[in-house]
Parts: sequence; C-alpha cells; structure tokens
Amino acid sequence: MSHIIPSETPRRRQGNGFWRKTWAVLIKEFIQLQRDRVSFGMIVMIPLMQLLLFGYAINTTPRNLPTAVLLQERSDVGRSILAAFANTGYFRVTELPATEAELDRLLASGKVLFGVEIPANFERALRRGEVPSMLVIADATDPVAAGSALGALNRVVQTALAHDYAIPDAGAPAFEIRTHARYNPAGKTELNIVPGLVGTILTMTMLIFTALSVTREIERGTMENLLAMPITPIEIMLGKILPYVVVGFVQAAMIIGVGIVLFHVPVLGSLFVLAGLSTLFIATNLSIGYTFSTVAQNQLQAMQMSIMFFLPNILLSGFMFPFAGMPVWAQWVGEMLPLTHYLRIVRSIMLKGATLSDLHYDALAMAGLMLVAMTIAVTRFRRTLD
Amino acid sequence: MSEVNAAPTRPGANGDVVIDVQHLTKKFDGRAVVRDLSMQVKRGTIYGFLGPNGSGKTTTIRMLCGLLTPDEGTGTCLGYDIRTQTDKIKTQVGYMTQRFSLYQDLSVRENLEFIGRIYGLENPRAAARAAIKRLGLSGREDQLAGELSGGWKQRLALGACTLPAPQLLLLDEPTAGVDPKARREFWNEIHALAADGLTVLVSTHYMDEAERCHEIAYIAYGELLVHGTVKHVIAASHLTTYVVSANSGALNELSQDLTGKPGVDMVAPFGTSLHVSGRDGAALEAGIAPYRRRADLDWKKSEPSLEDVFIDLMIKAQDNFK
Repeated sequence: MSHIIPSETPRRRQGNGFWRKTWAVLIKEFIQLQRDRVSFGMIVMIPLMQLLLFGYAINTTPRNLPTAVLLQERSDVGRSILAAFANTGYFRVTELPATEAELDRLLASGKVLFGVEIPANFERALRRGEVPSMLVIADATDPVAAGSALGALNRVVQTALAHDYAIPDAGAPAFEIRTHARYNPAGKTELNIVPGLVGTILTMTMLIFTALSVTREIERGTMENLLAMPITPIEIMLGKILPYVVVGFVQAAMIIGVGIVLFHVPVLGSLFVLAGLSTLFIATNLSIGYTFSTVAQNQLQAMQMSIMFFLPNILLSGFMFPFAGMPVWAQWVGEMLPLTHYLRIVRSIMLKGATLSDLHYDALAMAGLMLVAMTIAVTRFRRTLD
Repeated sequence: MSEVNAAPTRPGANGDVVIDVQHLTKKFDGRAVVRDLSMQVKRGTIYGFLGPNGSGKTTTIRMLCGLLTPDEGTGTCLGYDIRTQTDKIKTQVGYMTQRFSLYQDLSVRENLEFIGRIYGLENPRAAARAAIKRLGLSGREDQLAGELSGGWKQRLALGACTLPAPQLLLLDEPTAGVDPKARREFWNEIHALAADGLTVLVSTHYMDEAERCHEIAYIAYGELLVHGTVKHVIAASHLTTYVVSANSGALNELSQDLTGKPGVDMVAPFGTSLHVSGRDGAALEAGIAPYRRRADLDWKKSEPSLEDVFIDLMIKAQDNFK
C-alpha cells in the first residue's frame, strides 16, 4: 500500500498556469467527444442533411403540382389547353375525374392541388368568338404553393392557344380563365400555418418527453431496480406513453383554441374526428420518441436522435415548403414521417371540412408508423443487463 | 396424483434449498467475471457473500434474480429455473441494488406505493403506510427519496425490497457507506427477517458483518473459493497466526523486515498490533524465530481472523490466476 504515494515527489510548474489548465480541460473534452460516437456523427450528419434537404428537396416555387382535369367535352382545343398547362411546368395532370363531385373529393382529400374544368361546348363558343370561360380551382390552403402556378396560368395558356390555332392574340383574350381559390380565398398564410403548427409543436414536445424516458432510468440507476421487478417491456412502454397522450391532447387543444380565437382559423370538419386523429398522431410521436429512448445509450444521444428526426419533419412534411413541389424521393421520405400525414389531416379537417373517409389513407399511415415504432421499441428494450 | 408431479417445481419444494446453482459462468467481452460457480443456500439462512471488488459478487446476484443470463451452468432459485423462469423468480425475490435505485424525485411514500402496485399488492397505500411505520420513517414519508441521508436511503431501500414480502432477499453491499449504528440496526432487522423464514443473500466487504452470517462464501476472480460457517472457514484455512504487540515505530520496522521472509505469507497491521500469518506452521516458526527473542516485541499465537483468512485466500487466488 505504501507504493501508492510516489517515492519521488514530482516537481510542479511555476505560475498560475491559466492556459495549462485550459489545455487540460480541452484534452479531456476531445477524448470524451471521441468516445461519444453519436455526437461525433451528428457533427457530420446535421450539416449534410440540412444542405441536401435545402439544396435538393426544397422548392419554394413548386412545379409539377398534381392537377385534376374535368373535361365536359372531348375536343382538340381541350387537349391543347391541357398540353399548355403541362408545358408551364407548374401543373401535372394526374387525375381525369368524370364528375364535379369527384373533382371536389380529389381536392378535399388533398390528392390534387388544382382542378381544371373545361365546360361543354367550349370549343364551339371559342370559334364563334363568344369568349367562353374555363374554371381553375386552386387548393389555396397553402397560398404559396398555389400562388406562383396561378400567376403563370393566364399568360402561358393564352399564348399556347394562339400559337396552335392561330386565334388572333389581339389584346382581348379569346376565352376567360376564372380562378377560384378554394378553402382560403383571402390567401391568409396564418390559416395554413396555425394548423401546421399544431403538428410541428406536438412532434417536438412529444418526441422529447419519451425520448428521455428510458435513458433517464438507465442514467439514474433506477432501471436495474425496475428490471428486477415483475413487469414486462410492453407494460413499461404503455405506462410511459399514456400520461403524455393526455399532455399532448391538452397541448393540441390549446393551440387549436388559440388559433380559433386569435387567428380566426375555422374548423369546418368534425372536431370529434380531429380530436381522434390528433390523439393517434400524439401516440405515434410518443412511440417514436420511446423507440429512440430504447436505442440511445444516454440522454444526450436520445436528444440528438430526436433532433435528427425533427429536422426532416420540419422540412419534408409540407409544413414550411409545399409537399407537392418536392422531388419524388423527398416525397417518399416525407411519407415516412407522421407529421406529413397529420398536416394533411389537420389542414383538411379544419380548412376543407374533410371527413374521415377522405383521410383514411393518412390515418392508416400514422397508425402503421406507430405500430412499427412500438414493435421496434419492444424488441429493442433490453430485459436484462447482459 | 397430479399434485405430486407438480411438487418439484413449486418454490422451496426442492428439499429446503432456496438457491441451487451449478457451474455458473458469465463472460463480458470474452472475460469471465464468474467462473464455474456452484452454491446452495437453505431456507431461512443468512448467507454472506464476500470477496474483493470486481470478484463477481454483483454478477452472481444478478444471475440469480434474472437480470443477467448465465453463459454456462444451470440452476434454480426458489425452485424456478434461472434461465427460463425469471418472470416467476422476480415476483418472489426482493433485490436491493448496490447503488440506490429508487426514484430520487419521488417521495418515500410514492416510491413504496409504486413498488406495491407493481407487485400487485391489494392495498398498496396501506402497505406503504405500514412499511413507513415499520422502518421508522414516519414524519419523512413526504420527503423526496433523493434528499434522505445515506442511512435513511438504505433503510428505505430495504423497506422497498421487503415490501411485497418476498421469499428471498438479495442484498448487494447494503451497508456500504452507512454508519455503525445504522449498520447494527440493519443487521438486527435482517436477523429478525431470517427468523421469520426469509432467506437472505448479502454481499459485503465488512468482516464483522461476515461474522453475523449463518454461512459465508468467499469469491475472488469469479471463483467461489470457500464456503461454510465462519468457524469452518477459519479452520479450513490451516493458517498459523501470531499477533505481535509493540510501539508503532518498532512494528513498522518489523512489518518491513518480515514481508517476503520464507514462511511468512502475510503481514498486516491492526492498530497497535501486527498479524503475522503463514500457511506452513513450521516454516512460519522458523521465519520469525530471530525476532521472537526481541524484548520490545510481545508475540502471541492466536486464531487467524476472518480477514487474515480472506486476504490469504485472495493472495492464493491471485497466484493461481497468474
């Protein structure tokens, strides 16, 4: 035991040693950073992800927006107009509904952002110089997405037609395009933002609540006690998720309430359906956070994973930038995120009065994501200390 | 008829052996922490588990309560298989971890009620209330567990793991960092529980605590080196010990002189005396002979203490390990 004290007293440097001590801490921090592989990965991943997403996926003047065309007559002019629409680059005809009701449904469910209706006898009226009108309905819930496309519309279609049919482009247009900004005729951005915020805020808070729940038990040493008790991983998971469903519900109600009172955001659809699907969304995010918690080794890692998950949620879900304007790969990533589906749900219910049958795809997608997350969490949960 | 067949799987039905494990081995990253460990513990026994730091005590305890799966070996705890029936074991075992592992941000009462609910007690509130009274924690029930002093934390932890009235208590260094009075009270408690038929496996570093156990086992480098009653363990050591009394200066000098002498296997200071021990009695006598004539040293032959025995075992194990 006497060997613990050094036989030769080590000499010490003179002076206060400000930089020496700073250096000592610096070395320690570097060693610790190097040990924490996840943090190290984040240093590389976060900027890369931001750059790639902003650079490639995000487009504030979105093109190729899904459009439904209702042709009441089959004519060359109609086809020509469709071609001109596509040539603008803004529209991509994805649906050809047969009735107005079908067109309305497509718009309400969010499958298309534009509906074009060419009435019967359009060509004949055009040839007679009667200046017939065609109808373009825009889903204006997101004024940004609809705005630039509508702006391009008049001019381009007109010139295309003049070119094709030698209809004199003598100042006065040969036909009229009547645009109808549906759902948000005044183009108020807050009508789009407030429902979106419900989803974004819920994502952030719910993730953090559960992302820390398992790692906290491990870090505080209470996990050993919990594992030694007769309780199963599913019981632990549900017990940890359910209280926050209530918390999330209160939070959602608060945001929606403030939105209604201060920003006059309407709730055209059923509040009951909105509440039910919001609860599903809350539970989905809690499950994902909980999954991070079972994978992460400490609270810091769990937080970092949450941020990594939150970032694409903000950028690729259609919250900040129009979903339809993103490239296909980014849309696929977006489909994997619960926020994408919830944004469609919350906007459709509040602004379009959509019903559950309009939204069943998004509701099922969220439920699916929740089940996947829960399955991963339960299988990842370590029942022993092995 | 069917009851007869079912009998061997019922807890404690296996004679009255509560813990019965054979050839347990546990490796972490290829390094064996517990090696070929076999042990039996009878119902109502206080079984002391001794050994240096990192000897595999905690790992063994964790294997017994299903927190770790052994890499090799088989065994039962309360009649349940430690590999396949850990769910059953957990309902009947109270485990007190080495590090305080109750919720620091819950009050004493809330912690106890939580445990009561998990074990499915009919009235967790009443059980918690009774436990608070029993533990002498009245007046502190609404204090946060994290704010309790070390001794009270330990009492609470004991109360928590005994709350569901388990059949077996596994206590991992329960008295580390606890003052002597609290330690004594703690042991009185343990003896009272054992008298009621509870089986207690307790790991410790303290020799005085080892002597309070009905049976002890010594484990070093993952191997169980010796087990039995304290008397048996001391007798089995075949150690010859002399206690030398003198002033401290002379003792210090003597200690340095004797260390490494042939026949002298161990020299350990105990306050104003020195314990000199050897495995071969005759060799020890020869080794110390020149010093026995000195007038300032008072030599007395004595029985080795448990500590002498254990340190000797540790040195031997270390030699084998090399």
